[in-house]
Amino acid sequence: MLLLAENIQKRFDSENVLEDISLEVNEGEVVVIIGPSGSGKSTLLRCLTQLEQVNSGRIEINGKLMVDTVDGRAVYADSKTLHEILLDVGLVFQNFNLFPHYSVMKNIVDAQVNVLKRDKEEARTIAMELLKKMNLSDRGDAYPCELSGGQQQRIAISRALALNPKILFFDEPTSALDPELTGEILKVIRNLANENMTMVIVTHEMAFAKEVADRVIFMDNGLVVEQGTPEELFGNTVNQRTKEFLQRYSDI
Amino acid sequence: MRIDNVPIDLLLKNMLSATGTVLLIFFLTAILSIPLGFVVALARRSRFKIISIPTRIYQLIFRGTPLMLQLFFFMYGPFYIFGIGFGRFNACIIAFVINYAAYFGEIFRGGIAAIPKGQYEAAKVLGYSKFQTFMRIILPQVVKHVMPATGNEFMTLVKDTSLAQVISVAEIYNVATNAGARYFSTVPLIVAGIFYLVMNTVVEMAFKLIEKKLDYYRT
Ligand SMILES: Nc1ncnc2c1ncn2[C@@H]1O[C@H](COP(=O)(O)OP(=O)(O)OP(=O)(O)O)[C@@H](O)[C@H]1O
Ligand SMILES: [Mg+2]
Repeated sequence: MLLLAENIQKRFDSENVLEDISLEVNEGEVVVIIGPSGSGKSTLLRCLTQLEQVNSGRIEINGKLMVDTVDGRAVYADSKTLHEILLDVGLVFQNFNLFPHYSVMKNIVDAQVNVLKRDKEEARTIAMELLKKMNLSDRGDAYPCELSGGQQQRIAISRALALNPKILFFDEPTSALDPELTGEILKVIRNLANENMTMVIVTHEMAFAKEVADRVIFMDNGLVVEQGTPEELFGNTVNQRTKEFLQRYSDI
Repeated sequence: MRIDNVPIDLLLKNMLSATGTVLLIFFLTAILSIPLGFVVALARRSRFKIISIPTRIYQLIFRGTPLMLQLFFFMYGPFYIFGIGFGRFNACIIAFVINYAAYFGEIFRGGIAAIPKGQYEAAKVLGYSKFQTFMRIILPQVVKHVMPATGNEFMTLVKDTSLAQVISVAEIYNVATNAGARYFSTVPLIVAGIFYLVMNTVVEMAFKLIEKKLDYYRT
């Protein structure tokens, strides 16, 4: 098991954004998280990628314990372990968050060289391969501001992949894109799934979720309401809240 | 040669040597107050109130009172308090540096605040340390962001050097008023104006050049 999260709770001020979330992700699995706005999907990903600290619960990634709860309080691992765990995960943001002052090439190379201490030439070779895979071989010298949203997102995915994460998280990777550009990102994710990349994807693209997911999780109000195979959830769920949520998408 | 009874070559000779003083004040202030301004900006952003609040009070005092008074304070204050002073030129530099660090602190604070949170988050998840994130990701973007305001501040600094005359530092304005009084003429003041204008033209062009160099990307 690559990721194990148990009884995650997260409060902002006094509001319980994550009530009690448990989640398992196996190696090579593609898990898609769906749910209404404000249900805590982003917060969950942010807790798993150390951008937020949980209030209680237990998270284990790639066999390393990130946080556990002792006497009702969340206790995090030492900073060395936390750094190692960070290197096992990648996160793709809704709005890309590329480094605007770095060229495309440098965006992909910089962390390899400065975080992983990889040799510069090796890092460049890895970046070139990724760019080729993303169909952006000729854009290495461009700056992010010169690229379309879809191209920027493909660079952001390359930047994450360059560090060889064990598990890749996506938080609505196509939401900031024009509809005609979402296809190119979904294609990239589909290819990654075919290469057995372990992924956790938050998305509102239901057709895509149905197609790419090994398992779908429906979240509402900080709780996992239901999870199962795409057939189980999209086909014939008996859960009333899931039904109502999916209804909104089939209406469109 | 004389214009309006003023011996121009003598005036220019004195002005040029005074220009040396002005440039010295300018460069010393710039070199010292910019790093100090960064420290001030970071102190202002500190989550420890014991650091951020005194820093804010310091900025309020030095941005909220005339530089002229601050020059007097650093010139004569130490005499009253400790019975020993810094010396005329040192007092002048200390006042300028502390004053400008307060302004730069405010400019840099704004520049750092303008960098989107997503930049820190992307860097963190990629495994950059806090120090690497600041030096490699945040600072370069801050530099671009603060460049126009910094250029503005530098042009003000050139003109503010004229205030050093209140503690009798022999800078351009000081030389001009002395010559003006001796020869009953406004010519020295006009020449002084031209000197400031020439210096600021250089500053302005330098900053335009830097801004153009940083124009290779947009945020
Ligand atoms: N930093 C924060 N401080 C306070 N409240 C927050 C913070 N981040 C998120 N929240 C709140 O937590 C709740 C869940 O937010 P979250 O962004 O996780 O939802 P989401 O499921 O990702 O929604 P969406 O589909 O709109 O992206 C919301 O009510 C939000 O206002
Ligand atoms: Mg969200």
